[in-house]
Amino acid sequence: MAKSEGEMTWKDLEIGCIVTEPGSARKYQSGTWRSQRPTYNFNRCIKCGLCSIFCPEGCIGQNKEGNFEADLYYCKGCGICAKECWTKVITMVEEEEK
Amino acid sequence: MTTRIGIEVSIAVADAVQLCNADVVAAYPITPQTHIVEHLAELVANGELDAEYIPVESEHSAMSACLGSAATGARTFTATSSQGLVLMDEVLFVASGMRLPIVMAVANRALSSPLSIWGDHSDVMSVRDTGWIQIFVENGQQAVDNTICAFRIAEDNRVLLPTMIHLDGFNLTHVIEPIIMPEESEVAKFLPPNKFPLPLNPDKPVAMGSFAAPGIFIEAKWAQEQNMKASKKVIMEVWNEFYKAFGRQYLPVEKYKSDGAKVLILTMGSFSETASVAVDELIDEGKDVGQVRLRLWRPFPFDEFRQAVKDADVLVVLDRAVSVGGPAGPVASEVKSALYNLAKKPKVVSFIAGLGGRDITVKGFKDIITKGIEIARTGSKNEYEIYGVRE
Repeated sequence: MAKSEGEMTWKDLEIGCIVTEPGSARKYQSGTWRSQRPTYNFNRCIKCGLCSIFCPEGCIGQNKEGNFEADLYYCKGCGICAKECWTKVITMVEEEEK
Repeated sequence: MTTRIGIEVSIAVADAVQLCNADVVAAYPITPQTHIVEHLAELVANGELDAEYIPVESEHSAMSACLGSAATGARTFTATSSQGLVLMDEVLFVASGMRLPIVMAVANRALSSPLSIWGDHSDVMSVRDTGWIQIFVENGQQAVDNTICAFRIAEDNRVLLPTMIHLDGFNLTHVIEPIIMPEESEVAKFLPPNKFPLPLNPDKPVAMGSFAAPGIFIEAKWAQEQNMKASKKVIMEVWNEFYKAFGRQYLPVEKYKSDGAKVLILTMGSFSETASVAVDELIDEGKDVGQVRLRLWRPFPFDEFRQAVKDADVLVVLDRAVSVGGPAGPVASEVKSALYNLAKKPKVVSFIAGLGGRDITVKGFKDIITKGIEIARTGSKNEYEIYGVRE
């Protein structure tokens, strides 16, 4: 898939939409579905990783400080991480809010 | 040397699949299709056809197994009828969307309820929009010939679409007809090996039947539509090649004494031959009538159809299915759509008859055509007429 999904015409599709490129689902940006995004107060993070276990998208990993943080390219904004976090690190805010 | 033999049409269709050297048959028996797959099971069991025969627990599974088989590039056949066809429905759409060249014989039969094992076209009409190429045949010879053509059409890399051959249940499947079975060597020459371009292969992995988000789904459907439209050229090319090799000609729309006739009857399937006899008798009685037969149901042959009816004043359309509460018989509805925007067009009179195995005799067709002429002149408050109902 040289072109992004938004650029592809019907002529660019393989026969029967066969996917020939391994791991191409990785390019699928489910983050655009989001209406709320997680915000973080990492001072409270105990790095337990519970949020990453509960994340249905599997998009939470450790940043370079070792804190757990969602990859917003994939995060759909479901808020489960915020609900499950013991120490209330995560607050969901509307996408429109800065 | 090819000779004409007396053979049951279902057995002949199975023999045609053997001649095509199918690799996989996944099927579930259902009346009136059973003899086709039963005979194929025999051929495989006796070692006369080197194929994998997959007995499955339902038609849904039959078509699902066919998907997997066709995806590996194996030449794949199945057959069904009526309730079996509608049980497959979900998977039929998958087969066409995935562009898998499966060939299926459909022994046309009424849908329950009331339960009927006899013929009509309600099963066909329920799968009209599944994206399969659909060809109607009128006799045993056509069933054999078009089964062979279907593999070549479906597997052509410019097409890659699953293909149905519609043959009327009992009226065709269970009759013994004189049929010329082509020689195996001739079929081998006509039908090249199946070369699916991107088959399942562990050395070159691909993902099939995957998800399409809203950003790409409509492009995928449009690709399918463009491909189906383009398939008509290949279908005609294959029929033409078949004509050159075997001497029997098939066309998307076939005409019988229709050139210049002011009244035409349009038919599909085995009843077409009875209608031809009725047309002959009406011509002998001095009536200006002719017949048009729709062989290719999908892709609908718009140009050929419009050309065939352009000089007619009245077009009587026979439907063997009811769109309950709808505008007309399903074929008549399509025909009306195909003609609506033309400046000059015949008046279309929709007749529904021959449901659930009810016969339409020569006299019946003469009545239908005569009534159709009358209705075209006087008009009718009905969206369609039903023929042969006791009131």
